[in-house]
Amino acid sequence: MGRVGVAEVGHAVPADERIHLRDQVLVLARRSTLRSLRQPGQVVFPLLFPLILLAVSASGLTAATRLPGFPTHSYLAFALAVPFLQGALFASINAGTDLAIDIESGFFNRLALTPLRAPALLAGEIGGQLLISGLGGAVYLLVGVAFGVHIAAGVLGAVVLLALAVLIGFAFASLGALIALWLGSAEAVQGFFPLLFVLVFLSSSNLPRNLISTQWFKFVATYNPVSYLIEGYRSLIISGWDGRALALAFGIAIGIAILALTGASRSLRTRLVRT
Amino acid sequence: MSQPEGIEVEGLVRQFKDVRAVDGIDLEVAPGEIYGFLGPNGAGKSTTVLMLTTLLPPTAGRASVGGHDIVRDGAGVRRSIGAALQDVALDPLLTGREHLKLQATLQGLPRGERESRPGELLERVGLSEAADRRVGGYSGGMKRRLDLGLALVHQPRILFLDEPTTGLDIQSRTALWEEVARLAREEGMTVFLTTQYLEEADVLANRLGIIDRGKIVVEGTPAELKARVGRPTVEIIPADPDEKESLRVAMSQFGDCAVLEDTAVSVGLEHGEAQLAEVVRALDAAAIHVGTLQLHAPTLNDVFLAETGRKLEGGQVTGAAVDGAAPDGAGGRRRGRARSAR
Repeated sequence: MGRVGVAEVGHAVPADERIHLRDQVLVLARRSTLRSLRQPGQVVFPLLFPLILLAVSASGLTAATRLPGFPTHSYLAFALAVPFLQGALFASINAGTDLAIDIESGFFNRLALTPLRAPALLAGEIGGQLLISGLGGAVYLLVGVAFGVHIAAGVLGAVVLLALAVLIGFAFASLGALIALWLGSAEAVQGFFPLLFVLVFLSSSNLPRNLISTQWFKFVATYNPVSYLIEGYRSLIISGWDGRALALAFGIAIGIAILALTGASRSLRTRLVRT
Repeated sequence: MSQPEGIEVEGLVRQFKDVRAVDGIDLEVAPGEIYGFLGPNGAGKSTTVLMLTTLLPPTAGRASVGGHDIVRDGAGVRRSIGAALQDVALDPLLTGREHLKLQATLQGLPRGERESRPGELLERVGLSEAADRRVGGYSGGMKRRLDLGLALVHQPRILFLDEPTTGLDIQSRTALWEEVARLAREEGMTVFLTTQYLEEADVLANRLGIIDRGKIVVEGTPAELKARVGRPTVEIIPADPDEKESLRVAMSQFGDCAVLEDTAVSVGLEHGEAQLAEVVRALDAAAIHVGTLQLHAPTLNDVFLAETGRKLEGGQVTGAAVDGAAPDGAGGRRRGRARSAR
């Protein structure tokens, strides 16, 4: 018999075990949330840092709105999508770092000695970050509205915006978990942060893709999936309901989540070695 | 191979690339027994525990824990056991009570017990007052006690303790010993305890296995093992280290003689303590100036020395000079007994 928790995935699960699985996910998600709330840096920086960058870009790049074809007169409205994605990056790093610390400290072995199911471990660790992503999304939205941004898709659009923020937070937290389970080191996880941040800058975060004149930058931004995640947020804020932009954003986020979770599950089989 | 509450091991091996960390060990632990697994750092103790607790697959051999095969029925093993591993892996951001509730839920305790059991265990391990403090502020002893409480959440019948008192002060160590002894005495729990401390093994274990370089070199009750050595030893350090060889020659008339790396010469007195006066006379006759002379009743260290030719001190081994070989870790590897001077 090999790798108990993982081998159980996909089997028909009796009702008692389903309850046990649900309880496992909830208790681990609670732990993850408590850990985040008890580390002010995990809450304050994801909220503050993107807002500071938003303030800098909104005050310094206003002239860009005068470019022909720029989709809005408010650069703040245009840039408001970016903090949502930066918040997701923090979720990625926080989820990955917490998981890597559990591996390094031996807490993972403690969990492995219980009848813990592998999906519960992943869902619990990642689930805790969803709350932070949702909270962050709500704060960015409120700040934007407070400074005069009108959400073109209305109240329902704001709800969809938050849902997209939570989904993208989940996808990036899964990516963080994958990196943690793959490398098993908190430092290595944090080493990925600049790389992910560069991906945000090499996207349509500062200008619409059709207005980027530098060819190589335009090429990278076009093939950078982050562009489409940002454009999904942005469509709800400045254009209203854009089915294509939303489908691409939700589709890419789901794709990232599926790929990251699949990879994380495979890495977990190696990490959670139990006979 | 199916002691329902015991442990049975046959030819267990774990190979890491070129290193055979555990080299074909056999042992049995009876239900309700405290089995001490004594050895220096790197002897293979923790690797054995990881295999028996299903966290590391063995390379060869077989073992059953609580009647469950460690390879074919890992889940059954995990249901039967509690384990406090060498690293006290606690979350510094959670409180003691939160740890126990987390563990109770993951172990699948009914909802009512998830609330009541943490309180009972906190009281038992003496952490009631610190229950709602974050573990990051606990002392080493408190962390070890919480670790023990976590291992007991699901009321296992078999408990694995991997060096549970390493780094603790004597007060915390004694408190933990008392609790472990009580678990075996009053609750009939089977305990597999690894330690590098001779005193801990002597005080706690009903039976002992001494492991060195992956092999069990001797096994028995502490009294049996000490009786094997059977005689007191006298350990002498010459005032002038250059007199070590002449000291060895002078002492070889009294029994098996080992030259230790700290320039001490240890000799077992075949006719007991009465020979001490003769030893002093022999030293005088050989004109050897004595720096230190100590008479030892047989201890587990003597057992370790007799079986491996080295001393065990706080987890570190100090080698005996044998045929010019360097001690362990200094390039030489030696097996067997110290060279007899006779």
